[in-house]
Amino acid sequence: MTDVLSHLPDPADRNPPHPEGVTTWRMARDNENIAWLLLDCPDTGTNTISQTVLRDLDTILGMLEHDHPRALVMRSAKPGGFAAGADINQFADMRGEGAGSMLRQGHDVLDRLAALPFPSIAVVHGAALGAGFEIALACDHRIAVQGAKFGFPEVQLGLHPGLGGTFRLPALIDPVEAMTMMLTGKSAHDRKALKLGIADALVPERHVAAAVRQAAAGKLDTVGQGFRATAMRTHAARTLAVRKMRSETEKSAPRDHYPAPHALIDLWEENGSDAKAMQKAEIVSFVNLLKTDAAKNLIRVFFLRQKLKARTRGEDGIAHVHVIGAGAMGAEIAAWAALRGKRVTLADLNPEPLGCAVKRAGDICRKKHLTDIETRDALDRLMPDPTGIGAARADLVIEAVPEKPDLKAKIYQSLAGQMKEDAILATNTSSLRLTDLAKSAPDPARFAGLHFFNPVSQMPLVEVVAHQHTNRKVLDRLRAFCGAIDRLPAPVRDYPGFLVNRVLTPYLMEGMLLLDEGHDKRMIDAAGLRFGMPMGPLTLADQVGLDICLDVGESLKSSLDKPLADIPRILRDKVESGDTGKKSGRGFYDWSDGTPRPDTDRDIPAGMTDRLILPMCDAAVECLREKVVEDADTLDGAVIFGTGFAPFRGGPLHYARKRGADQVTRILREMAEKHGDRFAPDKGWSRFA
Amino acid sequence: MTDRPVYLVDGARTPFLKVRSGPGPFTPVDLAVQAGRPLLLRQPFDRTAFDLCILGCVNVIADEMNPARVAALRLGLGEAMVAFTMQINCGSGMQSIDTAYRYIRDGSHNLILAGGTEALSHAPLVLRQEAVEWYAGMARAKGPLDTARRMAGLRPEFFKPVIGLERGLTDPITDLNMGQTAEVLAYRFGIDRTAADTYAMQSHHRLARAQREGWLSGEVMPAFDRDGTAHVKDDGVRPDSDMDSLAKLNPAFEKPYGKVTPGNSSQITDGASWVILASEQAVEAHGLTPLARIVDSQWAALDPSIMGLGPVLASQPILQRHDFGRDDIDLWEVNEAFAAQVLACLAAWEDETFCREVLGMDAPLGRIDRDRLNVDGGAISLGHPVGTSGNRIVLHLANALKRMNKTRGIATECIGGGQGGAMMLEVA
Repeated sequence: MTDVLSHLPDPADRNPPHPEGVTTWRMARDNENIAWLLLDCPDTGTNTISQTVLRDLDTILGMLEHDHPRALVMRSAKPGGFAAGADINQFADMRGEGAGSMLRQGHDVLDRLAALPFPSIAVVHGAALGAGFEIALACDHRIAVQGAKFGFPEVQLGLHPGLGGTFRLPALIDPVEAMTMMLTGKSAHDRKALKLGIADALVPERHVAAAVRQAAAGKLDTVGQGFRATAMRTHAARTLAVRKMRSETEKSAPRDHYPAPHALIDLWEENGSDAKAMQKAEIVSFVNLLKTDAAKNLIRVFFLRQKLKARTRGEDGIAHVHVIGAGAMGAEIAAWAALRGKRVTLADLNPEPLGCAVKRAGDICRKKHLTDIETRDALDRLMPDPTGIGAARADLVIEAVPEKPDLKAKIYQSLAGQMKEDAILATNTSSLRLTDLAKSAPDPARFAGLHFFNPVSQMPLVEVVAHQHTNRKVLDRLRAFCGAIDRLPAPVRDYPGFLVNRVLTPYLMEGMLLLDEGHDKRMIDAAGLRFGMPMGPLTLADQVGLDICLDVGESLKSSLDKPLADIPRILRDKVESGDTGKKSGRGFYDWSDGTPRPDTDRDIPAGMTDRLILPMCDAAVECLREKVVEDADTLDGAVIFGTGFAPFRGGPLHYARKRGADQVTRILREMAEKHGDRFAPDKGWSRFA
Repeated sequence: MTDRPVYLVDGARTPFLKVRSGPGPFTPVDLAVQAGRPLLLRQPFDRTAFDLCILGCVNVIADEMNPARVAALRLGLGEAMVAFTMQINCGSGMQSIDTAYRYIRDGSHNLILAGGTEALSHAPLVLRQEAVEWYAGMARAKGPLDTARRMAGLRPEFFKPVIGLERGLTDPITDLNMGQTAEVLAYRFGIDRTAADTYAMQSHHRLARAQREGWLSGEVMPAFDRDGTAHVKDDGVRPDSDMDSLAKLNPAFEKPYGKVTPGNSSQITDGASWVILASEQAVEAHGLTPLARIVDSQWAALDPSIMGLGPVLASQPILQRHDFGRDDIDLWEVNEAFAAQVLACLAAWEDETFCREVLGMDAPLGRIDRDRLNVDGGAISLGHPVGTSGNRIVLHLANALKRMNKTRGIATECIGGGQGGAMMLEVA
């Protein structure tokens, strides 16, 4: 069906000429004198709102003011979407004195757009984010094409909207909904956008022209704001709402770590009833935020993500994935790949875990808001395979069985002669060395590691592990596969614990040692949380699985030539008694009531945070020295996306660099004297500074 | 035009799942997908290589109009796959094979996926006609007064829905329930309760043995539902079935004197089955190993009130065309709609007058050895998803011929409404 359609011409004209002196917009007038203005940033598939785009728009608005069309339509010439937001590359230039005046110029352009004496209509397909959304908000109408989404993700960059979004969105829709969107960074998809009143109409592409004509004729009704909007113009009502927002925000993004959402709340509290004042204050607040470390580091994280993503280019040549082992990891990997469109067979000798895997996949579909039909198709693609016949059909076989070298070797040998000619065998091992496993692989050149993190559906990172004999093309295909299933690949070499576990394990082990020393487990976890880790070490160990922690810990201890801490007694005891953490319902914590949330509002003993965090920095320096990864940025990105390492700190190496290598090594040496050799600084520090 | 040989190369089905309370975990197309996925996975050819997909299904649900096409797309046979659904009641799953067989034999097609599916647990509740009219009137109501007036026409019995399944199992011409047609045959051929119960017990024992011995592996593929349950085998089987417990059951259709009980009738069940049919050309092109060759097929029709004799009327012309006698047929799969109905067919073949007057034979066919008939049980022990059974008996006949090292067999079924279908296979 799609094939047939691709041979028909596109009924919409997406290539009108550029107006004179303009490079980023195209424009044409139709026979009803409606001006169609199409954003088309050159040399890219995605529109971003740069200085040039705004300057060009200013030029065009000048032309239109001289020669009024009946209406102005603004849309994107890119098939992918409306516009992704501001050009983040330009943020770095905006930290100087000129930032305020640059922003004011941008505001002037959008004010000019908003003041046009004829109707302006934004037609949005795909995403309208950040500054793209702000342009759409400056129009009189927004027509959403099915699948459109609107959002302000600025908060994820340590910022809030800066091109008028903070006053235009609360003026358009229920202000509390508007604030929620800006505070959480969550976008509103088509029907939600219509319901909120962001879009005045939601149509399929084939009815865009008719909807535009209706809007141009003044017959497209806008949705009113309702009672709450009126109420929120009073200071008293806002104060009440603000109190709730503050406490909610503090829970997930404490002000010390993430100033942006709090600045936004302040902004609205003070100026919520006066759009002009809010506009002025928005500019000041945005410029201040740009200068914060949090924003700088979060923007850094954005680029780290881009860097990892850039490695996924190319074709994976993988249509069918065969996963061996329906344990927690195997089931999640299989479910996730099926969700992202791969045909998947999941093999296990027992039908029961296969059944559980299907149920788990259904749960993930629900969490990811798939429609009934999308869920059905994902589950159709995920085929339990009790006899393992999928191995002979698959382009990629992922082994995810327990960490027993003999078992893995036996499975690899059984695959020999069965797998397709150019199929890849990957292991999800987290603690065994690939160099050893490769000996039993049918073809070591087509054998590599594909190390996912738990839970796969939430953790964006996959370590793509090469051993000495892995073919380069195989690694390219595996990285492309990560892109195809919407995960970020980190190329690493075969090293004990690879990268992420090597860096993370000291955090977990030190947490357990502190527990052994008699500290309260909630205090220990609070120290990690206060630093900005997504979980304290003991909660995280439970989440990872204590058996896996033990495997990784022992493997590191036996294969690294370093004075690592002995495996804590308490870890062995827990694993022996079957309390393996979240998956068994009990580890250091009781998980029957969900994830434990220790109260962070307490005095952390001096030195405790450094004991937990600095060993991670030290391990990171060791990995860099050992060339486990290509460079420091890849390392920081991998640790952030693989562990959730406090993103606003920019990664373990970035953090160490900010604090100063001298200071960090001095503290490490002091701790080594006090607590043992495990803190002795790595020799890589001398070159790291 | 010369007839081209047609091969049955492989097939698989879901476990048959007894309808317990409420709708089962799978819709008709869900079942077809569950059976089709593992079957397609083990083929050496690409799943878009089929020329056609045909699926038998009697109770189609509103969300799955033309279930064959929905199944074809969900199984990834490609957007270009032509697919149609067949309905000849209990013969639907065999009608799909027969149609595929004829297309390939005549040279227009080479590789066809032919199946049957039925989710009797999803058979709809039907609103009474009066209720439908009332509901339509409400929708047309003009203003609140009119609505109130029409509302007053509401009757409590409107909420007593008609069970669609019950109507589906009743013959619309004679108004006899299928079980009653079995009572008619039991009376006319003198089948007593003990004979029917003995037959039913053996059906359970035979299926239990086949499951135990692994004779169904490869044919029955596990199905996995969204609640995480793995369904691995036909779940209506009662391995410890005995005469005492069967004797305790009351007649199901004609109380109190009837002989047909829930114990000696087929079970109401959900399930799906597929077979792959291929021409010689397709066998060579894809390097396939055929299980069996389809040699002949036949449909027949008779008085709906004795529909249970359908197998006899449909099989006879095949035997005649090939000049085969009783001993030429190594194995029979006669669908077990009712024990009394199967036994009536056997009695008819032994009855001299019936064979002469009805079938035009010089002498009766004779007694068919129980060791050649339904060797691994049948619909009484594993259930009768109506659109599926015809497909299952052909598939199982092919597998049984192979396993037992036999040459030739006939799969045949009676069809509600007064018809019968039969298909003859030879091991390849």
